[in-house]
Amino acid sequence: MNEMSRNERESSEERKLELRLGPPGVEDWFHTHNKQRISFGNYFSSSNNGFQHVRGNKESSSSQTCCPKRVELQNGDNNKVTAVSNTSQKRTAPGPVVGWPPIRSFRKNLATSSSSKPSPPESQTQQDMHNNVSAGKKPIDNNYGKGLFVKINMDGVPIGRKVDLNAYHSYDNLSSAVDDLFRGLLKAQRDSSACGGNNKKEEEEKVITGLLDGSGEYTLVYEDNEGDRMLVGDVPWHMFVSTVKRLRVLKSTELSAFTRESWNLIVV
Amino acid sequence: MQQQQKVAALSYSFPEEVLEHVFSFIDSTKDRGSISLVCKSWYEIERWCRRRVFVGNCYAITPAMVIKRFPKVRSITLKGKPHFADFNLVPEGWGGYVCPWIKAMAVAFPCLEEIKLKRMVISDDCLDLIAKSFKNFKVLVLISCEGFTTDGLASIAANCRNLRELDLRESEVEDICGHWLSHFPDSYTSLVSLNISCLANEVNFPALERLVSRCPNMHTLRLNRAAPLDKLANLLRGAPQLVELGTGAYTSEMRPEVFTNLAAAFSGCKQMKGLSGFWDVLPSYLPAVYPVCSRLTSLNLSYATIQSPDLIKLVGQCQSLQRLWVLDYIEDAGLDMLAASCKDLRELRVFPSDPFGLEANVALTEQGLVSVSEGCPKLHSVLYFCRQMTNAALNTIARNRPNMTRFRLCIIEPRTPDYLTLQSLDSGFGAIVEHCKDLQRLSLSGLLTDRVFEHIGTYAKKLEMLSVAFAGDSDLGLHHVLSGCDNLRKLEIRDCPFGDKALLANAAKLETMRSLWMSSCSVSYGACKLLGQKLPRLNVEVIDERGPPNLRPDSNPVEKLYIYRTISGPRLDMPGYVWTMEDDSAYLE
Repeated sequence: MNEMSRNERESSEERKLELRLGPPGVEDWFHTHNKQRISFGNYFSSSNNGFQHVRGNKESSSSQTCCPKRVELQNGDNNKVTAVSNTSQKRTAPGPVVGWPPIRSFRKNLATSSSSKPSPPESQTQQDMHNNVSAGKKPIDNNYGKGLFVKINMDGVPIGRKVDLNAYHSYDNLSSAVDDLFRGLLKAQRDSSACGGNNKKEEEEKVITGLLDGSGEYTLVYEDNEGDRMLVGDVPWHMFVSTVKRLRVLKSTELSAFTRESWNLIVV
Repeated sequence: MQQQQKVAALSYSFPEEVLEHVFSFIDSTKDRGSISLVCKSWYEIERWCRRRVFVGNCYAITPAMVIKRFPKVRSITLKGKPHFADFNLVPEGWGGYVCPWIKAMAVAFPCLEEIKLKRMVISDDCLDLIAKSFKNFKVLVLISCEGFTTDGLASIAANCRNLRELDLRESEVEDICGHWLSHFPDSYTSLVSLNISCLANEVNFPALERLVSRCPNMHTLRLNRAAPLDKLANLLRGAPQLVELGTGAYTSEMRPEVFTNLAAAFSGCKQMKGLSGFWDVLPSYLPAVYPVCSRLTSLNLSYATIQSPDLIKLVGQCQSLQRLWVLDYIEDAGLDMLAASCKDLRELRVFPSDPFGLEANVALTEQGLVSVSEGCPKLHSVLYFCRQMTNAALNTIARNRPNMTRFRLCIIEPRTPDYLTLQSLDSGFGAIVEHCKDLQRLSLSGLLTDRVFEHIGTYAKKLEMLSVAFAGDSDLGLHHVLSGCDNLRKLEIRDCPFGDKALLANAAKLETMRSLWMSSCSVSYGACKLLGQKLPRLNVEVIDERGPPNLRPDSNPVEKLYIYRTISGPRLDMPGYVWTMEDDSAYLE
């Protein structure tokens, strides 16, 4: 391998990356199947640039000049990579990346969550310890308590989400969080079904409003611990939080069978 | 000809019973597989006496196929969702339903004793079916599973007279009622292992106490966070033979008698080897466990939000420690102490206390890991979250610990370079794979170019599982891994600039692996279609929340891609956002 000239080595690398389907080590399988070659043609035309890029990188990989570029990339990419994650967790990092760092959800918020019992006067150490932990850092996120995650599904959006109700404290906050969470997804659903994938100018995202009073296109309902479906907003917030099991964002027209009054009757 | 006759003569000279008896000493799935390949008669004998089946991907094979080949199975292990589901990268409803398996086995394996599931969805109806179908059912392990409630558990408790083990580790259970435990009849005394650490609400504690005290073989008990500390002493007095204990919240009103009771109870636990739990720790209560520390081999403090001095005091007493899971509150100073005191340490996991903060909140750096690698000669399994790393440190760790088999490093900020030289960490990880020749599992992080993959492809010949995030420059990186890692079984990649070329060039490699996950990369829909068409023994699943991929150009990259080998064809239980690429042999109606 060492005896090969640089050119020979590079073209053999290129050959290694030549597109073919076959068991490893079968060199010429590709050339006997011309039909496939035609369909691979598209990939080849875009691949040459890729190869040049690769070679260039290998030359400069040991230099330090590539690194500042990477730092810029990092800042840029972080924003690109931001997915529609739970808006319930306030982050202090530039933009939350879904699933990063790779820890399980039950390991999050350990430092800020406290036990349900109030700390007794004798044991100041526990409280002091929490203060020490948080000293000299950015403000603690408002996710105290264990986190109350409930599933939320929206009509027209195939995949549900989870929200942490402990982060909201009021129906208005919850309502705007639902808007945040689903507005983009709803638009994506509409675009893909309406335009058939063309890249023509898309409509603006529609703000999701009127979730709580029946005035909007969608209404927020929930299922409580007895399995009943209820309109969100009727009971005091803390009572809602203690009985809610899951949330749904329904098209308001789906509720036409029940008037608001009859919902109340069912509830009572 | 003469040789073949000799072999034939040999196999006829052994009655089947003798061979079966010999095979009964061989338990590992891999060895059993090898036995079955020797000759047809060994295949037949082996399949009739196979008792344990391991299915690493529940969609790789159908229940009917397993049942047909192994008619006398007593224990089955099934895994469902891909590993990245742990980090919310797999949307809800993806799959992993165990119901078809349970239904089929309820008929075919009436003597089934063990069901072990990981990342699967199991309903209460399913649990009920298990409870009522298998008369000798002994072991139910549900790791990171979901879809069931405490009602399902009540059915298990009420019906499984011979239950030994109920382990719900890290599962998502809808906690309807803590009284499910009371469904264990008073006559039931065979419980050996109970892990309810994932349950949100309090269980009926008196019922738990009675259960624990009437089961003389109790070995493992892991309580949940809601279990009160002031009741623990009584519980322990009822089961002093416990070997593994998980406490509940380790805090209480500071009353002297609670502490003395607890300390006395722990003193009575002469067999205790493992401790876990420790949510909400009140440091002044920690000395209660000191009586058992010197015998502890396993200590899980990964929920304990206590500071380095308290951690040092506790861990410093545990000289027999083999496994330690802890938060980064332990800091470099604590790890120095660990390296000095715990010479038998084999596994270390350090979790982040503040994973989303921008700056370090603790004095934990690469130095802590270097210390442990120097001081602990048996250390072979590492999971380490930190915020800075150098190539020099990785090099030192690699040279100190060539016996490393699992090395998972997570530098919290993506693409972080060596903080001293500002270079990539290619050479550091290169040293790891070069020196640790038995490395089976590797997770990468930090600033990494294609070069690190070149090192991995060259040296990591025993590597079975690789996790990659925010790394690499081009398809060459992926190509190095796919073409070089001979034993690769699972590859999971997120946010890397890998596209079609390396995948298509190494398509056949995918049939030798269990699975490949790629999300937020640059693999086009067209390439997915091509792979699906040409490789019928693979399921190529495109996961895309934007809607059907055929409404966008073929060159458009897919959001997520999950490819796995299978002999059962495309699955039929996919949700609306998953598309399996059809193969040419599929009959299109």
